[in-house]
Amino acid sequence: MEKEKKNIDRRNFLKTLGAGVAVTGGALYGFTPDIKAANTTSSSKLSGEVPTNKMTYRTNPHSGDHVSLLGYGCMRWPFRQKPGSKEEEPDQETINRLVDYAIEHGVNYFDTAPVYMRGLSEACAGIALKRHPRDKFLIATKLSNMRDFSFEQSKEMYLQSFKNLQVDHIDYYLLHSLGSVENCKKRFIDNGMVDFLVKERKAGRIRNLGWSFHGEVEAFDYMLAQDIQWDFAQIQLNYIDWKNADTSWNVNAEYLYDELVKHNVPAVIMEPLLGGRLANLPYHSLKLLKEMDINATPAEWAFRYAGTPEHVLTVLSGMVYMEHLQENIRTYSPLEPVNAEEDKVLQKIALQMKNSDFIPCTTCQYCMPCPYGIDIPSVFSHYNKCVNDNLLPKDAQDPNYREARRAFLVGYDRQVPKLRQASHCIGCDVCRSKCPQRINIPQEMSRIDVFTNKLRTEIY
Amino acid sequence: MLRKIRVALAAIVFTLLTLLFLDFTGTLQAWFGWLAKIQLVPAILAFNAGVLIFLILLTLIFGRVYCSVICPLGVCQDIISWFAGKTKRNRFTYSRPLSWLRYVMLAIFIVALSLGLSVIVALFEPYSAFGRIASELLAPIYLLGNNLLAFFAEKIDSYAFYSVDIWIKSGVTLAVAAITLVVIGFLSWRNGRTYCNTVCPVGTVLGWLSKISIMRPFINVDKCTNCRLCEKNCKASCIDIKTHAIDYSRCVACMDCIGKCKFDAMHYKCAFAKKDSPQKDVAEKSDDSSVSRRNFLSLTALLTLTTTLKAQEKAVQGGLATIEDKKIPKRTTHIVPPGAQSIKNVERHCTACQLCISACPNKVLRPSTALTRLMQPEMAYEQGYCRPECTRCSEVCPTGAILKITRENKVSTQIGRAVWIADNCIANTQNVRCNACERHCPVAAIHLVAVDPNDRRSKQLPVVSTEMCIGCGACEYYCPARPFSAMYVEGNEVHRTI
Repeated sequence: MEKEKKNIDRRNFLKTLGAGVAVTGGALYGFTPDIKAANTTSSSKLSGEVPTNKMTYRTNPHSGDHVSLLGYGCMRWPFRQKPGSKEEEPDQETINRLVDYAIEHGVNYFDTAPVYMRGLSEACAGIALKRHPRDKFLIATKLSNMRDFSFEQSKEMYLQSFKNLQVDHIDYYLLHSLGSVENCKKRFIDNGMVDFLVKERKAGRIRNLGWSFHGEVEAFDYMLAQDIQWDFAQIQLNYIDWKNADTSWNVNAEYLYDELVKHNVPAVIMEPLLGGRLANLPYHSLKLLKEMDINATPAEWAFRYAGTPEHVLTVLSGMVYMEHLQENIRTYSPLEPVNAEEDKVLQKIALQMKNSDFIPCTTCQYCMPCPYGIDIPSVFSHYNKCVNDNLLPKDAQDPNYREARRAFLVGYDRQVPKLRQASHCIGCDVCRSKCPQRINIPQEMSRIDVFTNKLRTEIY
Repeated sequence: MLRKIRVALAAIVFTLLTLLFLDFTGTLQAWFGWLAKIQLVPAILAFNAGVLIFLILLTLIFGRVYCSVICPLGVCQDIISWFAGKTKRNRFTYSRPLSWLRYVMLAIFIVALSLGLSVIVALFEPYSAFGRIASELLAPIYLLGNNLLAFFAEKIDSYAFYSVDIWIKSGVTLAVAAITLVVIGFLSWRNGRTYCNTVCPVGTVLGWLSKISIMRPFINVDKCTNCRLCEKNCKASCIDIKTHAIDYSRCVACMDCIGKCKFDAMHYKCAFAKKDSPQKDVAEKSDDSSVSRRNFLSLTALLTLTTTLKAQEKAVQGGLATIEDKKIPKRTTHIVPPGAQSIKNVERHCTACQLCISACPNKVLRPSTALTRLMQPEMAYEQGYCRPECTRCSEVCPTGAILKITRENKVSTQIGRAVWIADNCIANTQNVRCNACERHCPVAAIHLVAVDPNDRRSKQLPVVSTEMCIGCGACEYYCPARPFSAMYVEGNEVHRTI
């Protein structure tokens, strides 16, 4: 009896001590109590229940639409081998399953374009969405008239979208990928397309008219200055691009967002993960995130960040796997906004990433094929993988220099055949204008080549 | 016991020597490169007095152990002969020496050597004959095995093995190696050491020395029962039991006869000793079943690997521009590697053993197909270039055809110079911006010059500063013009220091 009491006492004592520590911790780190709680109570977004009715929605002030914060990007849906042939076809069964699941769990914004998935994305979206009531989903598609911007061809493309999507109205219609002012004029203004689309909006066949932006800041300003009330605009936003957009071409998202707010244009967000880069952080950055919340994944942080600003209508994610869809639904059911202290940490990571050797390639393949046979995306992804894994051999004095050197060189030859490596780049510049991330490809190729050659030369 | 020691030593030397030709990483060459340098003919050609004195003394003391232990072709014949012995026991008989043939062959060899008829020297020199067999026939199998390991290593994300390209460098050399193997194989299968005692010039020369060597096998006539077991097991066919005589010029001191004698009548002993010291000889067995298993495994590996390689190739090609193979340009003067000093030096010293060629990690060296220097190394840059930090060929060469060179000296040695062909240059003909040759030149001997200096967008064409060019071939290799590069290297007959 005496003994038992002692035990209880000790347990009580430990309990009290624990509470004391928690309180002190909370007091010391004034901003963190909710995070600490998350640490112990909520589990990772990678597993567990997927809520069906907790999705965060935002309202479009122009049309009154309630838009789910998670938007489904339809550009990366899976392909499969056609039975009995070598050709590939979209895996419609899987696509249907993903779409059904998304709608069941509150996702209602689907973003496609005539050029996605080798030109098949609209049709796939049409088949999958046809099976749901029309008021359950909002469909977004684009005027991708990059090649031929005559009025006739552009209008033809617009009309074709209705057929592909099997709908009588399009909820969100975008002028696809604004580049330069000159380009905007040619593609949309001078050929009368914008006037035509505004009329279509009046007629109700387009419910919201907007554009996506991927270019020079002048083009952005130019479009905003038009005498048209845009219902939305699509921009690239994530915690790196907010203040540290890292190529000469990209514009800081902070500026873009503030301008949109001024003009009362809600923002649709693309590249919340920066081509997957924010889902796979280098160790020293990952450490900072895990110190805030051991359970949260880097992707979760990136999505929370992109969804936090109030004027964000929806955040697009091109989800291929059910697991990604589930994780993202959990993140936004409901959204837990990023607070000021957390934001500081994310900005710190942005600076770390900015200073790293990482090449912001999203392996979109737009630069390919290189006329001289270089496999540009593979070269970059091998280099980036080594940057991310902290495997880039730097100094011959480093203790792990020899292994890192071997891993880099052997891995390089495995990933990219010799004749397709950076050393065979001739600097012709053909690829440079094709890169949507505006990477100076020849210069980066030369940098990787010099680096590799240095490694090969240092035999010790 | 003596036989066991001989077999063990021979096995070690033979394995390491073979590996010298197989190891593409250059690790073994650094440790055991000396095994190639103690070969007789290479040592003569390299004027390596130390090795020569050692080999002469070795033979004068122990007889032709060189032929049984050091010479890889000799050991190779022993291996074949050992297998033949499995099917037919006691298969040798004494034969009279074919002295006239031996001396004629030796005379031809010496004349060829002094006249610089390198083909003949290369054909009959035993070490080089073996080198060609190893590098042309064994190396591809070894590399296939390595590639198989690399394939699995890649599966488990290990960097322990990396795959290498396997390519036939010269059909002629491959054919010569194959024919040599067939001839040697036939002779040794039938009659053991026929080649060594009739054709091989090294065997003939060492035979003179071994005749008077201190240690030799002797027949104790009192104990001998004339059973002829020793004679029937002498692969050199040099024991004549009828007269109880041994032809010491042909005996390769293999010690087989000593173990075979059941009556303790055969002893390896000092020719000048008086007393006969009886020895206990143990009949020995050795188990080599693992060899056949290994062969089987490598064969399976070969088959699996070829299929997997094909599959991978297909996966890689998707969505990429095809790259045409480069062709070797016609050079008025061929190129020999830094350290060779001059074309003449290579022709005089090289025995075409292929060691430098198998050591070259950059796929630059390959056997020549020109008759006057058949199978001797020459350079071409369609698959790689002579990297400035690599001096491997100069480190391995046992004959002095390529002399040891430091990296510093290498980059200041001009082995040839780059020549620009305007019609092939895409910057000239296709109006494409290209800086491949300029960017890759390790000595900054190539500069792009604007055709019209006043026009900022003018074509820029490469100009070679011939005085600075070292002839490494980086420009030729990296030139995007295919199949013939716009830059190619023309060899120097005599290398220059710049």
